[in-house]
Amino acid sequence: MAYTEEELKKELETKEYEYGFYTDIDSETFPKGLSEEIVIAISKKKEEPEWMTQWRLDAYRAWLEMEEPDWANVNYEKPNFQNISYYSAPNKKPKYDSIDEVDPELLDTFKRLGISLDEQKKLAGVAVDIVVDSVSVATTFKKTLGEKGIIFCSISEAIREHSALVKKYLGTVVPQKDNYYAALNSAVFSDGSFCYIPKGVRCPMELSTYFRINQAGTGQFERTLVVADEGSYVSYLEGCTAPSRDENQLHAAVVELVAMDHAEIKYSTVQNWYPGNKEGKGGVYNFVTKRGICENSAKISWTQVETGSAVTWKYPSCVLKGDHSIGEFYSIAVTNNFQQADTGTKMIHLGKNTRSTIISKGISAGQSQNSYRGLVQVGSRAENARNFSQCDSLLMGDQCGAHTFPYIEAKNKTAMIEHEATTSKIGEDQIFYCNQRGIDTEKAIALIVNGFSKEVLNKLPMEFAVEAQKLLEISLEGSVG
Amino acid sequence: MLEIKDLHASVDGKEILKGINLQVKAGEVHAIMGPNGSGKSTLASVVAGKDEFEVTQGSVMLEGEDLADSAPEERAHKGVFLSFQYPVEIPGVTVTNFMKTAINESRKGRGQEDMPAKEMLALIKEKAELLEIDRKFLSRSLNEGFSGGEKKRNEIFQMAMLEPKVAILDETDSGLDIDALRIVAGGVNKLRNKDNAVVVITHYQRLLDYIVPDFVHVLYNGKIVKSGGKELALELEEKGYDWIKQEAAV
Repeated sequence: MAYTEEELKKELETKEYEYGFYTDIDSETFPKGLSEEIVIAISKKKEEPEWMTQWRLDAYRAWLEMEEPDWANVNYEKPNFQNISYYSAPNKKPKYDSIDEVDPELLDTFKRLGISLDEQKKLAGVAVDIVVDSVSVATTFKKTLGEKGIIFCSISEAIREHSALVKKYLGTVVPQKDNYYAALNSAVFSDGSFCYIPKGVRCPMELSTYFRINQAGTGQFERTLVVADEGSYVSYLEGCTAPSRDENQLHAAVVELVAMDHAEIKYSTVQNWYPGNKEGKGGVYNFVTKRGICENSAKISWTQVETGSAVTWKYPSCVLKGDHSIGEFYSIAVTNNFQQADTGTKMIHLGKNTRSTIISKGISAGQSQNSYRGLVQVGSRAENARNFSQCDSLLMGDQCGAHTFPYIEAKNKTAMIEHEATTSKIGEDQIFYCNQRGIDTEKAIALIVNGFSKEVLNKLPMEFAVEAQKLLEISLEGSVG
Repeated sequence: MLEIKDLHASVDGKEILKGINLQVKAGEVHAIMGPNGSGKSTLASVVAGKDEFEVTQGSVMLEGEDLADSAPEERAHKGVFLSFQYPVEIPGVTVTNFMKTAINESRKGRGQEDMPAKEMLALIKEKAELLEIDRKFLSRSLNEGFSGGEKKRNEIFQMAMLEPKVAILDETDSGLDIDALRIVAGGVNKLRNKDNAVVVITHYQRLLDYIVPDFVHVLYNGKIVKSGGKELALELEEKGYDWIKQEAAV
């Protein structure tokens, strides 16, 4: 029968996590708990050089002195850090040259996720570096990249093989002591990706990494470092899903981007971790620090589609250090049931003639809370800095919340900062209008949500946009008809 | 084509339609007139299947089929079209994309394949010309920032695209200047044929100069209190609704 708002709410509540399954892969897992010994053991396990071990220990010691922040608009039970295992690796260690060598169960997992390697390989120009739990198990297209001098590998490998390069940049954007979770990550990060694009090179393909959280009680501490040397260009994609489970899983990643003079980095994320069930039980805690630094005339674009996690706490930021540098942030954050998201960006204008754009789209349903938190800061020497921010919220039903917390700090009189915000609601009238034109309620919601999100979806690389659109639909539609 | 029998409908327990009888045959144009609050728009919504209204008695039949158990989208698939008095805005969804979705969903509902893109484009072009619609208009977000006239023209454009069996035009003339009215009415006239029917809901006689009805009905207090030919509309224009109210009160 026809739609009422009451029914829509019910439909949204009954939406179950589609990727809720668990793959049993043999793995080697450290005992639970965190201490200097564990930090050293992680470093040793990964055959890291001495400086890295010391770097981790510095972070660990700093972390011990820090307190967990509580200023975000989210409520959750604080993790017990002694009840987490800090290292877990699939134990079939060797790297694979061909897909046939990969654990068939793992391949099956990817197939169920709709991201089989086969498909990925066929998608022209996508190199995939897959992180299952903590260690990379497959890397493709490496050769093509190698010919251009591009380094794209796991961060563990990079620490061993390109030690000087990693040492030069690691922690320069997000220092070890930056914040509580960044410090924790610095101490115990298990793996992640490293990417270096040499001077003047335009990376010929989209680089992508799929992350999975797959071991019960295993915290996931990814570390990503992307360095784009002068005049280079790279587009990096990151997408995540996780199996369904009861206990909360902590994810505290750090992503650092370095864009040197005239370089450009486009960093796109689709995040779909287990958001907890419809009673608000379980789900991933996603406390991430993402930041990029732009030198002269450099540009960094963050694009994110966030549909998962029970609690999200994330502000991909740009430090516009160089003159004429550009920072962009395009975000869609969807929350349903009891999900909580406090997300946004920081645009720090330090150089002259720096520009930044913020487009944030928040979609809340169920009893979820969706907050945008953004800082636009203009330093005293940042002549003619420009910022444009637009924050739009879309509400479904009357039990969810949308909040906007814009912070503006301008220390230079020539700064021009614009902020626009709107809040709207998917109304019965909109749904009925679509119904009357022959479009059922499920399709109507998808149409309205996609229309609302279009400005951001358009910023995603093609193959990701399709996936993102699919995610938006499954996150909100429920099991209608 | 459309047969409404002893239709009673209420909203929040309050009865708005109190026994409507109306028979519309293929090829006919019916006008429904009446003062504010008489139930004209409710009638349109009930025929289209809006859930807010509860049908307590009577029936709405389309080509002999009772629509009672059909959801609004199913009624649309069967050929019911409502031109809204206040068309809603859907930001970020272009007129073209919306039409493409509507047409393909309707086809799916009828067990047909999607319309090939080439055919769709040709159809859009043809119907846009019919209603003198600018190309640029088709890539704008649905109804967002549209003038009153643009919204109504867009409604008739959708009608042209969907080719319904019964089209109900709810106050399509409101908010239109004389030129827009002429274009919209001209469009409707071109879409009329022996196999479809049009029900025009209007306040004023003005629109009926352009879309000439075969029958005029006066709705008052939830009932059709008077029916006649097109001359009834002129009489109403001249004398207002008071005499109808008095007659009904007797």
